[in-house]
Amino acid sequence: MAQPSQATDGMDSVPALLQRNATRFGDKPAYREKEYGIWQCWTWAEAEKEIESLALGLINLGVNEGDFIAIIGRNRPHFYWSMVAAQSVGAIPVPLYQDAAADEMAYVMDHCGARFAIVQDQEQVDKLIEVQEGLHQLEHMIYVDPRGLRKYDHHKLHRYIDIQEQGRAAYYEWIEDLKARREKLTYDSVCVMLYTSGTTGKPKGVVLSNRNIIEASKSSSEFDKLTRDEEVLAYLPMAWVGDFIFSIGQAYWCGFCVNCPESPETMQTDLREIGPTYYFAPPRVFETQLTNVMIRMEDSGKLKKWLFDRFMAHARRVGPAILDGKPVGGMDRLKYALGNLFIYGPLKDTLGLGRVRVGYTAGEAIGPEIFDFYRSLGINLKQLYGQTEASVFITLQPDGEVRSDTVGVPAPGVEIRISDTGEVFYRGPGTFEYYYKNEESTKKTKDSEGWVATGDAGFFEDGSGHLRIIDRAKDVGKMADGQMFAPKYVENKLKFYPNILEAVVFGHQREQCSAFINIDLTAVGNWAERNNIGYASYQELAGNPRVLDMIQSHVEEVNRSLADDPMLSHCQVHRFLVLHKELDADDGEMTRTRKVRRGVISEKFEDLLGALYDGSSEIFTTTEVTYEDGRKGAISATLQIRDAAVVPVETIKVAAE
Amino acid sequence: MNDMTPDGYTTEDGRKIGAVVMEMRNITLRFGGVVAIQDISFDIREGEIRAIIGPNGAGKSSMLNVISGFYHPQEGEVWYKGAKRPTMKPYEVAQQGIARTFQNIALFEGMTVLDNVMTGRIRQMSAGLLSQAIWKGKAEREEVENREVVEKIIDFLEIQHIRKTPVGRLPYGLKKRVELARALAAEPSILLLDEPMAGMNVEEKEDMSRFILDVNDEFGTTIALIEHDMGVVMDLSDRVVVMDYGKKIGDGSPDEVRQNQAVIDAYLGVAHD
Repeated sequence: MAQPSQATDGMDSVPALLQRNATRFGDKPAYREKEYGIWQCWTWAEAEKEIESLALGLINLGVNEGDFIAIIGRNRPHFYWSMVAAQSVGAIPVPLYQDAAADEMAYVMDHCGARFAIVQDQEQVDKLIEVQEGLHQLEHMIYVDPRGLRKYDHHKLHRYIDIQEQGRAAYYEWIEDLKARREKLTYDSVCVMLYTSGTTGKPKGVVLSNRNIIEASKSSSEFDKLTRDEEVLAYLPMAWVGDFIFSIGQAYWCGFCVNCPESPETMQTDLREIGPTYYFAPPRVFETQLTNVMIRMEDSGKLKKWLFDRFMAHARRVGPAILDGKPVGGMDRLKYALGNLFIYGPLKDTLGLGRVRVGYTAGEAIGPEIFDFYRSLGINLKQLYGQTEASVFITLQPDGEVRSDTVGVPAPGVEIRISDTGEVFYRGPGTFEYYYKNEESTKKTKDSEGWVATGDAGFFEDGSGHLRIIDRAKDVGKMADGQMFAPKYVENKLKFYPNILEAVVFGHQREQCSAFINIDLTAVGNWAERNNIGYASYQELAGNPRVLDMIQSHVEEVNRSLADDPMLSHCQVHRFLVLHKELDADDGEMTRTRKVRRGVISEKFEDLLGALYDGSSEIFTTTEVTYEDGRKGAISATLQIRDAAVVPVETIKVAAE
Repeated sequence: MNDMTPDGYTTEDGRKIGAVVMEMRNITLRFGGVVAIQDISFDIREGEIRAIIGPNGAGKSSMLNVISGFYHPQEGEVWYKGAKRPTMKPYEVAQQGIARTFQNIALFEGMTVLDNVMTGRIRQMSAGLLSQAIWKGKAEREEVENREVVEKIIDFLEIQHIRKTPVGRLPYGLKKRVELARALAAEPSILLLDEPMAGMNVEEKEDMSRFILDVNDEFGTTIALIEHDMGVVMDLSDRVVVMDYGKKIGDGSPDEVRQNQAVIDAYLGVAHD
């Protein structure tokens, strides 16, 4: 960075922010977790005590400054405290995805050389024990949930509350050490290390300093005027940078309360009970919610369905304009207000989004129809563009300038430039320090002036100055006739249909585009039930001719809409098939954040891809699958390949001048 | 199992099994001319998982019903905690700390999961009708205390997401789990499970097995279960009683039972020549 920004009021580390919050508004809620059917609450002062006793316990256990502590669990206050306790003793927290298989975990554990791991339960302990032989550095494990662990050898296995208890018992022995270690922390010390899942290659450990996290949290909080009265629901993976920024960075900077759901299955109920004012979700969550709403409306009575359709049509027309404060006629406003009373309000409440003041989606492009659906309800859903290496924020959409096809203006303090090849570069206070033990990648990604390559292709729109991301730079290809091929754009259009869960479009250096499709088992299953179609498995449903007919009609609708877009009319899907299995992170077909890995997919299903282009109408295939516990099996199926009608387009002689 | 003494034994995985808590002595149960159970004796030790297996019609459920006081055997004695048990009504047996689940789920379909599990606490509630009606003092206090116990069980069995769902809307596997929750809510010293895994798929069976082991491990509950699935039984139980046509044909550790010729014949059939 050109100008080293100075920490404000000595607030130069997360533990320092914790001290400030505990002193300044100690009796305000900092954490809530629903347990035993009740929202349990910890104030900032209480959280500070919990973290302090854990930190003392960690010193007592032998944690040194600079050690790495792996943290593996779902969103619970205990794990957030673990992160801050680790920082307080000068160690570096490394949150990992708790659903990762044992060998994936082994790689990162070995790479960072963690001496300690704080984990959720028996499942995680078992995974680590399974791979422990290869992990020479791992010394101690601390678990939160004791169930089933009683009989384990406890020489190097400790219960979380016992460590805290030991910490409290050894208070006078270590408190001075703890204070000294805490005071040594500066803006430059490492705050957290996060592994990027990466759509290609092995995960990389992104090292973020206190400066990165605090500056990014501070400026983004100011951008959206976040206060200490916000309520957030922490439900996204803790290993993901977004959760770290929202649930630790911004929460500690502003002093707002982080609410943890009771279990992953109760998330929707808990969301309703909390009614967050600041909400973040990846596009998939919004898609799923929308799918559920649509399914329930399909099942509802005629009158309700009619009312819903009518008012939603009105909302789509005027809702976004009202939200942006643009002029809208009196009658339209009145009708919208009525709709709000009878339809939009109750719907928002059901979704748990009734109080959302600022909502964000990121991680992947969101389908414009999905985005507009939420905007039209009056939910201030915005897009941001970011990545782990930037401590999330690269661009943000300011209130009133929200559109589904742009990702907004540069975040405060962030500079952006577009390279000659169209790739987006940025630098700013949130820019990561380096990749851990991977100098080569660091050099490749971040140049000597601090510019970081995003790997995405994009451009600034004339007039508005907003950034538009076209696609992953490496995904954007050329079709055989030289025209641009942007798979994600087409996939997102397909995925708007509730029946389509995932789509992978091919077309790079080909004459025409084709697609693999995953049906959404919830939506299609519901439809099947209503139409008396029996099925025993995903595979059987996916191969049903009537399901194929339905998917074909969706594909053809997408083709018609693509035909209207002069840039992408040649990307219409000519042939498609519905895959016999769901794409899954356990099989390596997706990342843990559920982005499709095109390379893996086109290699793994090479035979299917071949069949899409050789004109055959069906193909027999066998695929290896990995179960959740790591065992492997194989499934085989005969897949139908369908031709979809395309709208003829005149070949564009010359691309736009 | 090698070092069995009157005071108990230690299992291979290091669990301490205590003294005999319940003993069936020469039980014979007849329905008219049909002999359902014929002269069967076995015991259940504190903290163990005891299985009763056998082919269809072997008399397993009848045996469980004898234990739970639903059937009264014509001959034989039931000894519980060192004393002979007089003829009792099922609710009196329940008051002694014996809870059960049923083969064909017996929940209140229209009530929520929470309310169903709360009914398992009936034994622990004593507030009078008036107090319940005006919802003051004892009734309110009792509800709070018992709700806490119930919530811990809901947490333990991981059914938080269906807490407020009417039982009638749940799939079969979950109903079975709710039934287990209700039985646990009574904080029983012996838990009787009648085919806890009947009609489940492999995944549900694995879940259920884990819950049964966890219950035994966490609360030290003695468990007697009837089960069809031999694989599950052999993995779960410490000792197994095998019944066929109302008679006991085997009794011992899973390994012993597996090698017992009478058991093999009963399960695989035997050539009549």
